[in-house]
Amino acid sequence: MQIYVCVKHVPDSAASITITGDTGIDKNITFLLNPFDEHAVTQAVKIRDQLKNSEVIAICLGPEKAEDTLKSALAMGADRGVLIATDEYHDSIFTANTLKTVIEQDGTPGLILTGKESIDAEGMQTMFRIGALFDFPVANNVIKLELDDDHAIVDHELSGGIVNTYHMSLPCVIGTGKRLNNPRYPTFPDVVKARKKVIKKLVLTDMNIEKSSSSMKIIKLEPLLQKRKPEEIKGTAAQAAEQIIQILKQKAKVI
Amino acid sequence: MKNIGIIIETEIRKEDLSESVQTRVRDICFGMITLARDVNHKLFAFVFNCDSEIVKSELEDFGITDIVDVVIEKKYQNNPDVKAKAVAGALKELDIHAVLGLSTSIGKDLLPRVAAQLDAPLVMDCIHVDIENHTAKTSHYSGKAVATIKTAGDIPIFGIRPNLIEPVMAPADAVILKYNKTASDEKKLTVIKTDDTDSDADRDLTEADIIIAGGRGMKNSENFTLLAKCAEKLNAAVGASRVAVDEGWVPYSMQVGQTGEKVSPKVYIACGISGSIQHFAGMKTSKMVIAINTDENAAIMSNCDYFIKADALQIIPELTMLLNNE
Repeated sequence: MQIYVCVKHVPDSAASITITGDTGIDKNITFLLNPFDEHAVTQAVKIRDQLKNSEVIAICLGPEKAEDTLKSALAMGADRGVLIATDEYHDSIFTANTLKTVIEQDGTPGLILTGKESIDAEGMQTMFRIGALFDFPVANNVIKLELDDDHAIVDHELSGGIVNTYHMSLPCVIGTGKRLNNPRYPTFPDVVKARKKVIKKLVLTDMNIEKSSSSMKIIKLEPLLQKRKPEEIKGTAAQAAEQIIQILKQKAKVI
Repeated sequence: MKNIGIIIETEIRKEDLSESVQTRVRDICFGMITLARDVNHKLFAFVFNCDSEIVKSELEDFGITDIVDVVIEKKYQNNPDVKAKAVAGALKELDIHAVLGLSTSIGKDLLPRVAAQLDAPLVMDCIHVDIENHTAKTSHYSGKAVATIKTAGDIPIFGIRPNLIEPVMAPADAVILKYNKTASDEKKLTVIKTDDTDSDADRDLTEADIIIAGGRGMKNSENFTLLAKCAEKLNAAVGASRVAVDEGWVPYSMQVGQTGEKVSPKVYIACGISGSIQHFAGMKTSKMVIAINTDENAAIMSNCDYFIKADALQIIPELTMLLNNE
């Protein structure tokens, strides 16, 4: 089975973001494999190890530097990578179209995995669009996945710990949640081994990706300002608790 | 006039002092309806399997003039694909110009499915929407930036962050339309089991007005029951930092932060939480932040509205006691 893992090259969550121009950010910061995608790669590798004649292909639409993110996926156990290089930012509609086209040209997906969301654009929709384009069923925020010959049984977690169990025909698209597995971080030998693995490089502008009439365009990016001025609540525990109640009543008006 | 679609969430609520249960509109929907109102808008509310008089009158109170009852066969009642396809069909047929839904756990699954069906633009977790100009503001880079996004294409869908604006009543009269054309051969995805845990018992973090969250300073799992007791009195939800879930003190579903839930309650009470950049990513849009920490140098103490330099394990039980006496 060919298992495709769609990964994204995103700024490190600990990096500070400096906005440049109207919509850009200073890219002189650490970028890495989107944390939720780590669960997707880990799961794909686990499935590959259980099935015969399977391979894991990590695929990424992103800048040239996203090669590093693909290398991380290879070090985590993916067999090969595909980079579709682009200098521009693309929305999830175009991204899904591109990934679908490239996956179809590359092979025959038995399973498509990706993280439940990206930590940069936080769009929460690319997996659903990929599924609709292929007409494959989709489940997002999956915390349990069991594969059978022609179907998968998955647990989809809603917030608040509520879980739905789905039976999905294969091929299907899975958005991996945090609780699905513990990411398998590479050892040094894994990293060395990954150097021999192949990353196919495609250039987006050479490809003829169909453009949807729908799009989402970022027209402005602003820092989220913190305007809080901390005020100290003093006194004994009882006095502090009393002041909290007054604040909840009079300032926040929630009780 | 433009037809604006609003996807309504309902819940089954037990009426006080009686055993009967009623389907009601979830309170968090009313702010969204308020947001959609405009003299040039005709408001269509989309509800699933609901021809209840109570739901009708609740929606009328907030200015809905057209209720679309999307009828789903019983065996598909919980099937997200069948529901999404039905909504997508109804939106097209009724010539809906733009759609508002909620960025709740239900919305996060339903809205992208509808958008994918229609190949329509979608912005989730909107903190501002301008329906006329097809623009919305949403968080980017784990809450460090706000992006203004302009959509192109038919039927833009906006997933609104719950509790974004205060609901304001505007009574109207509504008609109910039934939409019956749902798929009858959905085989690719079938629902085997739905865990309908009592959502009241475990209040949804993303929808609560008040959140009391605990971090490293809680020290163990037992101390979280102190937060739960206080939360019960305040009708609040209990959250946790990554440390607390990684230590196994509370389940992952309670985690607030970059890789947990993103919340914006009216009040966020942080107990023994240092306030890492990843934690802020999940709660920085809270209207008011109250921090309780023994370490005055903790990041959260200089990035909050009120701070108490003390042990939360002392303060919270006092608070619960005072609330008990009220």
